[in-house]
Amino acid sequence: MEMTDRLNKNFLVQGWLVILLCLVFGGSLTAVQLTLSPVIEANKKNEILQIIPGLISEENSTAINKEATLPFTVSPFYVNSEKQGRHLSYAVFEAKDKDGNISGWAARASGQGYADKIELLLGLNPEAEKITGLFILEQKETPGLGNKISEIKWRDQFKGKKTDKAISAIKGKAVNANEIDAITGATISSKSVCRIINQMVGDIRPPLKMKLEESVHEKK
Amino acid sequence: MTAEPTAPERFIRGILPENPTYRQLLGLCPTLAVTNNMKSALTMAGAVLFVLFCANVMVSLIRNLLKPHLRIVAFTLVIAAFVTIVDRLLAAYMYTMSKNLGPYIPLIIVNCIIIGRCEICASKESVLKAASDAIGQSIGFGIGLSSIAFFREIIGTGMVFGTRVLPQIWPDWVIMILPPGAFFTFGLLLGSVNYMVNRKNTSIKNRDSMK
Repeated sequence: MEMTDRLNKNFLVQGWLVILLCLVFGGSLTAVQLTLSPVIEANKKNEILQIIPGLISEENSTAINKEATLPFTVSPFYVNSEKQGRHLSYAVFEAKDKDGNISGWAARASGQGYADKIELLLGLNPEAEKITGLFILEQKETPGLGNKISEIKWRDQFKGKKTDKAISAIKGKAVNANEIDAITGATISSKSVCRIINQMVGDIRPPLKMKLEESVHEKK
Repeated sequence: MTAEPTAPERFIRGILPENPTYRQLLGLCPTLAVTNNMKSALTMAGAVLFVLFCANVMVSLIRNLLKPHLRIVAFTLVIAAFVTIVDRLLAAYMYTMSKNLGPYIPLIIVNCIIIGRCEICASKESVLKAASDAIGQSIGFGIGLSSIAFFREIIGTGMVFGTRVLPQIWPDWVIMILPPGAFFTFGLLLGSVNYMVNRKNTSIKNRDSMK
């Protein structure tokens, strides 16, 4: 019975249960993902829609007001840009008030933070010349240090900053108009947020200005 | 040799006598991480209940097909699949809570309670015993988590389940909701549990020696 002995010692035969479990679970997880991913995408979109009013208005933000009715109509679109041969695409949300005038923009960008990807939503005024708000959508920075970039107190520093010069995070006290205080012990996380913002603003400011002119033109 | 515990015995044992947090000291990473408020603690306990129950039942169903040298691989596969399902369900139906719990839901895969129960109980016992073991241990884990979360939330923020219960003059000890507070609370509670258990054991010994 050397043949059956050899067959039994074969790894694939020994691992048949594991292989079968892999196939079964792979199939079930695919089914779960197919059913649930629309719901999850809708959740993410709803979260963004609820954040946008607070981002566009310039008063100091309190916690996200879930019961607030949207005074704006929000429509998403993509801004594409070519940079050194690389194709970049930003999701931008256009907020229009009830008269059809553009009240502001919310642009989503992501980039490398200290630990992992940081995804943020930046509020801009209609001319894309001033930052009206910042919200961190996703981050996995160090708890207690880097994850303070999600705190309202730190994010409110960005409100009112002009976009003509790059924003930099300063260790210690920020002095100039284009500087913000980095978080003590989390310089890299703070600088990463600034870098992500600066990169995106540089890429989308001209297209947004054009869109504003188009919409003003249409209304005439 | 003592007989193997029956299904109801396994259920009762998991709650207090073999409590995973205070007696077995297992699964301490999520215990310390998600107990800064009651709602997160209970969500984690619910997620672990789902995973532990499904994993125990599944492993018990296939226990006669497991090869000894591949059983850990099989356990991990089963557990990982159910944890992924729980993670997606939370992201779909409890989105904010899913973001609060962050990486700790996927980390349930490496929670020693679950793979421990699969190895000790589910791979050797019938489905009914495995299921009742799972439910008992999960209730015990939930008790462990909530006891710590209760103190951390009320001392650290004056709130329970997000509603304020302590008067405004209470200065919120913010450190309680930060990592050091987790260690303080857990250490003190564990010490208290050990003290009570020792006292009970000595009184039983005294009572038996006086007979």
